[in-house]
Amino acid sequence: MSPEELQIVWFTARVAALSTVLILPVGVAVAWLLARRDWRGKSVIETLVALPLVMPPVATGLLLLKLLGRRGPLGGFLHEHFDCDIVFTWRGVVVAVAAMSFPLLVRAARIAFQEVNPRLEQIASTLGASFGRVFFTITLPLAARGIVAGALLAFSRALGEFGATILVAGNIPGKTQTISLSIYSLVQLGHDAAAFRLLIVSVAIAFVVVWCSELFYRRRDRA
Amino acid sequence: MKLRLHNVRLPLAHFALELDVEFTGQVAAVFGPSGAGKTSILDLIAGLRRAQSARIELDGEMLTDTAHGVFVPTRQRGIGYVPQDGALFPHLSVRHNLEYGAPRYAVGGGQSQFGHVVDVLEIGELVNRRPQSLSGGEKQRVALARALLSSPRLLLLDEPLAALDQPLKLKIMPYLQRVRDEFRVPMIYVTHNANEVMGLCDEVLVIEQGRQIRHGTPRDLFTVSDEPQFVLKNGL
Repeated sequence: MSPEELQIVWFTARVAALSTVLILPVGVAVAWLLARRDWRGKSVIETLVALPLVMPPVATGLLLLKLLGRRGPLGGFLHEHFDCDIVFTWRGVVVAVAAMSFPLLVRAARIAFQEVNPRLEQIASTLGASFGRVFFTITLPLAARGIVAGALLAFSRALGEFGATILVAGNIPGKTQTISLSIYSLVQLGHDAAAFRLLIVSVAIAFVVVWCSELFYRRRDRA
Repeated sequence: MKLRLHNVRLPLAHFALELDVEFTGQVAAVFGPSGAGKTSILDLIAGLRRAQSARIELDGEMLTDTAHGVFVPTRQRGIGYVPQDGALFPHLSVRHNLEYGAPRYAVGGGQSQFGHVVDVLEIGELVNRRPQSLSGGEKQRVALARALLSSPRLLLLDEPLAALDQPLKLKIMPYLQRVRDEFRVPMIYVTHNANEVMGLCDEVLVIEQGRQIRHGTPRDLFTVSDEPQFVLKNGL
């Protein structure tokens, strides 16, 4: 592999990892709320969270572009007050892949929380444990395998994201180009051999991550 | 113990639980068939469920008073709970289960409360094991010890022997009697077994379909049918 190809692989892995780390606390919190609490409007949040799974990725990308562009409500605010641009930067890649992988994490974490016997949490509270202690010592450890499996799935989804990323971050070599975007460009230019090398790397990483995720699911079932 | 359940109403799936009772015995049984609402009573006392209306008072302290918006959170009630399956935390060792609710002073070595409870319930050899490797009777003894180590002022036992076979029941009963005599912690003991009531309790509330049918001493309410089986006088 050429240094450029290695840089693309390394960049893709880093933005996928960063987006997974960023969505993890929010995703876990949303998943817990959906699994354990009832409130008015819950179904709206459920639907919103699941939307990126069924919407065309480019449509999600377009929404993000309108929101985060310099003329967008959030992008304009960030540019004006923090001199921070999202669109057509590596941050845009992180935001795009985070938005697309978030539903996978929430879905897996929600199932993991639902599978924790609420009676265990109740008994912990009869033993004097606060809400926080119950969550961090009972609920979270018991749901951990499902959450890690979900995070791995989200990471693998982030690795392969294309549609939303190309709209929000463009396809700028050395700046926002991920493996998927690079494969697309290489095929367009007729450099099939290079595209194939990235394809193999992409398949290998995805295989290992999904395999690890399945391993976590299986161990959780056995536990 | 003085536990008052006044004007309690809790709608359940097929009927409403309605109670007005005062427990004063050291070990009070809540006796009735499956699905009568027995576990719901324990949940209300522990603060795990909220009644539509209720005044629940333990030794002069108001735990729940729906009319005045009083609801002491479960963790502040100081009420231990042993559910039917023990509900041991599966990811923690037996030792960590036992220590979960125990104040730090109770966990030290020597003649501490921890050692005493472990000795009385004979679970010293189990402390390094995982809950999954314990038998049904061992799980119940560990669950009982865990609840006792949180120094409760009232212990709620939800059919602790129901899931055990007859020989194991006979083996565990003396442990419950030892806990009663050794630690003097007041208990509410839910069961549908008259022999357990006779062997352990000094007061009994009989409920059916969420309503209290009788309330008195076991001697008043139960009679021997076929030695050594006890049955409720006049049935339910």
